Amino acid sequence: MLIEYAVASFFASAAFGMIYQAPRNTIINCGLVGMIGWVIYISLVWEEVDSVPATLIASFVIAMVSQMLARIYKTPMIIFSVPGIIPLVPGSLAYDAMRNFVQNDYSVAISIAAKAFMISGAIAFGLVFSEVLNQIIKKMRKTKAQLR
Amino acid sequence: MERTEDLIELCLLIGKIMQQNGAETYRVEDTMTRIAQSFGRDEAQSYVTPTGIVFTISPGAPAKLVRVSARETNLEKVNLANNVSRNITSGDMSTHVAYKELRKIETSPTDYSMRMQIIAATLASGFFSLMFQGSWYDFLPACIAGGLGFIALINFIRLFEIKFVAEFIASLLIGFTAFSLFSLGIGKEVDKVVVGSIMPLVPGLLITNAVRDLMAGHLISGLAKGAEAFLTAFAIGAGIAVMFALF
Repeated sequence: MLIEYAVASFFASAAFGMIYQAPRNTIINCGLVGMIGWVIYISLVWEEVDSVPATLIASFVIAMVSQMLARIYKTPMIIFSVPGIIPLVPGSLAYDAMRNFVQNDYSVAISIAAKAFMISGAIAFGLVFSEVLNQIIKKMRKTKAQLR
Repeated sequence: MERTEDLIELCLLIGKIMQQNGAETYRVEDTMTRIAQSFGRDEAQSYVTPTGIVFTISPGAPAKLVRVSARETNLEKVNLANNVSRNITSGDMSTHVAYKELRKIETSPTDYSMRMQIIAATLASGFFSLMFQGSWYDFLPACIAGGLGFIALINFIRLFEIKFVAEFIASLLIGFTAFSLFSLGIGKEVDKVVVGSIMPLVPGLLITNAVRDLMAGHLISGLAKGAEAFLTAFAIGAGIAVMFALF
C-alpha cells in the first residue's frame, strides 16, 4: 500500500508546512519533499533495511531535493527541508519509550529511547552530508572556472 | 556613505528576525556578516545563540547585544528576511529602506489564519496516525484529539508565560480525548491515535537543528536547542503518562 502512505505523507508534510508558515507558493513542494522522503524510508524498511540507515538515506535525499528547490525558488533551504523531515522524526518511538518508562519497563524504555536518539542523529547526519557534498560541488565548479 | 549606527541596527534586526523564526544559527551569523561586508566592513563579527545575539562592526567598536526571548517557527518571515538581505548585498536596497521593510516583516501578522492552522494540525494528526501504520478507523479520533490539542496549545501559550506548561496541558487534553474516544469504541488502536495527534506538538525541528548545530561547531546553540527540545518532549510525555496512569 505504498500509494496510501505516499498520499498520507504528502498531506501530513504540506499541513506541517502550513503550521510552520511556509510561503503559500511552496506548500505543494513541501508536501512533495515529505512524500519523497517517506516513500524512500518506508520502501527501504520493507526491504528489511534497519530504520537508522533508512532514515539516513531518506534525509540525505530530502536535503538534496530541498537544496535544488531552494535554488529554483531562491529561498532558504529550510523552507523545504523542515516540513519534509517531519515524517522521519521519531515521534512514535519517543512516545513508546515514554510509555514504557511510565509502566516501569525501564530496560525496554531505554533501548527504544536509544533508537530514537540514533534516528535523530541519522536525520542530522543526512542533512550535513548533503550540505558537505553541495559545498564540494561548488568548490569544484569554482576551481574549474579558475583553471579556464 | 551609510551611517555606522544604522548599519549596526540593521544587522541586529535582521539577525533577530531570523533567529526568532527558526533559521539555522550559521545562516544568521552568515547573513549578518555578509551585509556588513557589502558595506566594506570586512571585520564585522557576530555571535548568535538561541537566546541572544552579539554583534560588533569592527575591532575596537563597542559590541551590541540583542536579546531573543521567544522562538517560534515561521518560515515565511525567514524567507522575507533572506530576500531583504539578498537585495542589500546586491546593492538594490538602501539601509534605510531595508530597515523599514524589516520592521514591517517583524510586526506583520502571520500569513495563515488561526483557523487554517488548526485545520492543518487536525489533518496532519490524522494522516500521521495512518503513516504510523494506524488503520482508517484511527483517522477520525486522531484528527479530533490532535485538533483539540493544537487549539489548547495556542491558547495556553498566550495565557502562560512558560511554554512547557501549555505543552503539558495540551498533551493532557490529547491523552484524555484519545482514551475517552477509545473507551466509547471509536478508534482501533489507541497508541496510533495518540502518536498521530501529538505530532503537531513534537519538537522535531528543534531536535534536528540541535544535532545539526552541534555538528557544525555551534556548541552552545546546539546544547540550548537540545535542552529546549528535551523539555518539550518531557512535557508532552508527562501529559500522556498522567492519562496512562488514570485510564
